[in-house]
Amino acid sequence: MSVAGALAALGRPVLAALAALGRVSLYAGQALAHLLRPPFYGREFLHALVQIGWLSLPVVGLTAIFTGGALALQIYAGGARFNAEAVVPSIVAIGMTRELGPVLGGLMVAARVASSIAAEIGTMKVTEQIDALTTLSTNPMKYLVVPRVLAATLAVPVLVAVGDSIGIAGGWLVAVSRLDFNSATYLKNTLDFLEFWDVGSGLVKGAVFGFIVALMGCYMGMTSGRGAQGVGAATKAAVVAASVMILAANYVLTEVFFSAG
Amino acid sequence: MIKLLGVHKSFGPNRVLRGVDLALPKGQSMVVIGGSGTGKSVLLKCILGLVRPDAGSITVEGEDALRAERDAFLARFGMLFQGGALFDSLKVWENVAFRLLRGPLKRPKAEAREIAIEKLRRVGLKPETADLFPAELSGGMQKRVGLARAIAAAPEIIFFDEPTTGLDPIMAGVINDLIREIVVEMGVTAMTITHDMSSVRAIADRVAMLHEGVIQWTGPVAEMDATPDPYVQQFIHGRAEGPIAAVR
Repeated sequence: MSVAGALAALGRPVLAALAALGRVSLYAGQALAHLLRPPFYGREFLHALVQIGWLSLPVVGLTAIFTGGALALQIYAGGARFNAEAVVPSIVAIGMTRELGPVLGGLMVAARVASSIAAEIGTMKVTEQIDALTTLSTNPMKYLVVPRVLAATLAVPVLVAVGDSIGIAGGWLVAVSRLDFNSATYLKNTLDFLEFWDVGSGLVKGAVFGFIVALMGCYMGMTSGRGAQGVGAATKAAVVAASVMILAANYVLTEVFFSAG
Repeated sequence: MIKLLGVHKSFGPNRVLRGVDLALPKGQSMVVIGGSGTGKSVLLKCILGLVRPDAGSITVEGEDALRAERDAFLARFGMLFQGGALFDSLKVWENVAFRLLRGPLKRPKAEAREIAIEKLRRVGLKPETADLFPAELSGGMQKRVGLARAIAAAPEIIFFDEPTTGLDPIMAGVINDLIREIVVEMGVTAMTITHDMSSVRAIADRVAMLHEGVIQWTGPVAEMDATPDPYVQQFIHGRAEGPIAAVR
């Protein structure tokens, strides 16, 4: 293969990825523009809030409690190498609120919600329900996309806050029951070392991750191919894209928060 | 009047519409016939603005379909989709009253429900059907609900996309009769696309045959059987031999 051929082979997927990113960015812009203009569909928003927020609580809670417990054990084991077992409460709290709570919560919501949104909207597209909405003078972007994106952007930070609390509780439970920590001292250390921005930065991440999850679910559903195979592919693409974008956005946000001190 | 002049539409290399000229006078019922994959649904979607034509003009009562204000333009139409396209998450009455529960035609919920039940009655469904979900209905009932939704907001124009596909002959006859009755009763302009000849004879005032992206023949339904056009003759008699290739 010539050098030009190799460069072309390398360039094609890069160009395709950039084009896809451009299309998603335009779609995000449209969603945000519709978010600010009436009509607003309150019932659909409340329905999405329940589906995305309330019904994701069990999976986020379970993820958080096991992660908090495992984190306490790992930090204890690592800290014991230089007699720093006492850092367990503060590191569990900081680790959960700044990083693990939002990222794992975001990924679990991506798995549960992005797939469900993509499958639902994809099926609606395949069965002409999206066309039916349009003929009934209802903009699908306003009726389907905006309520879901808004609900996810508002619900995921709340899920992260709940997940943080449950994760910290999981760490406390393991530390007190398995590692002989004093309960009151553990909780005091947790509160003493935790700063507002530890929690705040995690909640900001949660809002961004929620936006990404709903946006990718809607985008992949709306651009779904025909038939069951098309809907299946859209569902898979929604979860993969949302997960990768969450991890990428997490790095970017962490860099921004880190630089801001 | 709905008027199409030189409408072209391609999807990649596939030239679906290649210059469609068609006029549908106000208050008439036109049935567009043609084989599968000849672009009948694309034609309807072009008129509704769901698909943007590559070239040509479409006017509805003199108003350019591509430049008209979307909500006001679409408010003139009702549409029965091939598979019903009912919203799974909404009850039957909420599907029927969809336009009456939001937007410029919004009514109080109780009134919208009353209208929905009245429209369900009109298409032969009992009021008890109103609180079911679409998944609980048979195919024929779903078509009727789709029909009730199409007429709920008293549109001036109704489109029917393959209204009898997937139904047994008796239910297909019932749907054909209902469509004819409703079109006459409401005095609407109607366009139906189908390849079911019993629908054509039951519903049509005029017939247009779409083949290879153009209207091959158009005329009153009474003249359809007598026309010497070989495309129409092959199609209405379902012959494998003739100018229309059997394998497309």
